[in-house]
Amino acid sequence: MKKFFKIIFFVFLLLNFSNQNLFAESSNELLKVNWSFKSFFGKFDRSSLQRGYQVYNEVCASCHSLKHLSYRNLAEKGGPEFSEAEAKAIASNFEVTDGPDSTGEMFTRPAKLSDKFVMPYANEEEAKSANGGAYPPDMSVLVKARKGGADYIYSLLLGYEDPPTDLKLDDGVYYNKYMYGNKIKMSAPLSDDIVEYSDGTKATTEQMAKDVVTFLMWTAEPHLEQRHKTGFRVIIYLLILTILVYFSMKRIWSRIESKV
Amino acid sequence: MSDHEYQPSSKLGKWFNDRLPLLTLSNHLQEYPTPKNLNYWWTFGGILTFCLITQIVTGVILAMHYIAHADLAFQSVEHIMRDVNYGWLIRYVHANGASMFFLAVYIHIFRALYYGSYKSPREVIWIIGMIIYFLMMATAFMGYVLPWGQMSFWGATVITNLFSAIPFIGESVTNWLWGGYAVDNPTLTRFFSLHYLLPFLILGLVILHIWALHIPGNNNPIGIEIKKPSKDTVPFHPYIVIKDLFALLIFLIIFAFFVFFSPNILGHADNYIEANPLVTPAHIVPEWYLLPFYAILRSVPDKLLGVIAMFAAIFVLVILPWLDTSKVRSAIFRPIYKQFYWFLVADVLILGYMGAMPAEGTYLLIARVATVYYFVHFLIILPFLGFKEKTIELPLNITEPVLGGSANPEMTKNNSNPKSNL
Repeated sequence: MKKFFKIIFFVFLLLNFSNQNLFAESSNELLKVNWSFKSFFGKFDRSSLQRGYQVYNEVCASCHSLKHLSYRNLAEKGGPEFSEAEAKAIASNFEVTDGPDSTGEMFTRPAKLSDKFVMPYANEEEAKSANGGAYPPDMSVLVKARKGGADYIYSLLLGYEDPPTDLKLDDGVYYNKYMYGNKIKMSAPLSDDIVEYSDGTKATTEQMAKDVVTFLMWTAEPHLEQRHKTGFRVIIYLLILTILVYFSMKRIWSRIESKV
Repeated sequence: MSDHEYQPSSKLGKWFNDRLPLLTLSNHLQEYPTPKNLNYWWTFGGILTFCLITQIVTGVILAMHYIAHADLAFQSVEHIMRDVNYGWLIRYVHANGASMFFLAVYIHIFRALYYGSYKSPREVIWIIGMIIYFLMMATAFMGYVLPWGQMSFWGATVITNLFSAIPFIGESVTNWLWGGYAVDNPTLTRFFSLHYLLPFLILGLVILHIWALHIPGNNNPIGIEIKKPSKDTVPFHPYIVIKDLFALLIFLIIFAFFVFFSPNILGHADNYIEANPLVTPAHIVPEWYLLPFYAILRSVPDKLLGVIAMFAAIFVLVILPWLDTSKVRSAIFRPIYKQFYWFLVADVLILGYMGAMPAEGTYLLIARVATVYYFVHFLIILPFLGFKEKTIELPLNITEPVLGGSANPEMTKNNSNPKSNL
């Protein structure tokens, strides 16, 4: 009887934590990628991050902002790690409004490392009117803001299909088998060779999707590498301390006739 | 405090202690006679104290960088995550710390339920504990609102809307809580203020909780009254201190796994989307530790009765010392109660699971059955069981069974291996 409850107890504990919908019919399984940043010692693939930035910049950035990032982040440790000169050159391609100057006028200047990423639209309304009423979400934390995370964004990018024959889509609406409700207002953003990688990597759709999702994982979690590294040290430290405390405890409790 | 005779050895110590007996207090805490058969389920009191202090320390630091404003809150959290030195660590410890705090408090509460720790003469400890638990839920709920993500906003909307179920004055009360006609900036700023205040009330109550504990002393797995001090007890320091430390370290390893390797697994993805009053998320779910109550709320078809049921679910716990009529504390000696105890554990887990699922069809039906059973357990089973149940004979003291000379070998077995109780 007791065993039976033990089993129930742990099954529910597992269910509660895995947060899986046990009874739901399986919907489209997400495409799984063996991400380099997933494991215990997971790190970003540096060149994939740099390529991912290129895809973001040449494809996504025309509609999607990265408002929580600054250009300096591109040169920081644990990220794409562009050299400072490269990051400065990237920043200088963008115009920002600054001021007022000594005469009280606002002026534009090339962006500096300390500036936030320039937004593609002046405000949400402009973004909506340019995109058929849909607001292209900010991508800074997008990977963390979607159930399924990196796998979901990757699947979505590759999930464009012809709609089933019985489904009629309005103009400017596309069919995507991984999107919630299957309807999406973004047309398929990637196609083979839409960007030209400078490192000679072949720009297949899958490759670009993988690179840009890696990049977006970094924008969402810029300290991921440091987190993994610190975490490993913390756990080793705690394990050693636990062992030491365990033996101290045994020693102290051996003074009395009782088990600990 | 039993040891009034304590005298500091130094002259200065004596001078100070005569004016403010802090040294007597410290001596009491060291010498405090603790039953020596406490198992690891008793270590969660210390773990909870650690959790509270961790939450306060990380929270104070977060408050230095956080901006309580509807337009800036989300951005300031991202600022903490990106630009503040080790901000990501502090925030993840705080966010996961809340979950670990609740994990520990649930174990602590269910330990008290199993071993009858709420029974005379420990009713006041139990009631203070329940007030702490209630304040914890309020604090956690308000803390979850502060990042001003989608779940923050809509969670706040759903929960504050509950007050509109109060007859006649419901709407005014809700508007008063919001500081306006919807959840907005005034709601956020007052939640921030209260989220900063309540932990210090909890801290004060924790001190009362421990004070009240030190009057009768700890309950123990056997649940019998023991003489203190005697050979059934050990001084708190070093025996219990080192044991609590060992358990705390194990707890910290699990804590660290969450913080460093899956810091967002216990949260909801939607909370990384900035709050938008015009877009309702597909499913609004509270944090996992509130789910059983959320399930009870939703399983009642009427809004007002649902709210009453939810609060009643906590209130039955408060009056539990008088609902449980059995004089025997520990479930070890209550064979029938022991089974109902595990039914209750399963019931609460089922409620928690159903709280995360959409309230429809089979889910709703199961949630309703589980809700009814929850109240049946406390209001019908426990009062009657006390009269009907044939309990196992209690030993006279702890040492007897520990040394194996018990008249009751079954109990010895249970006691020698604490894990066999679960």
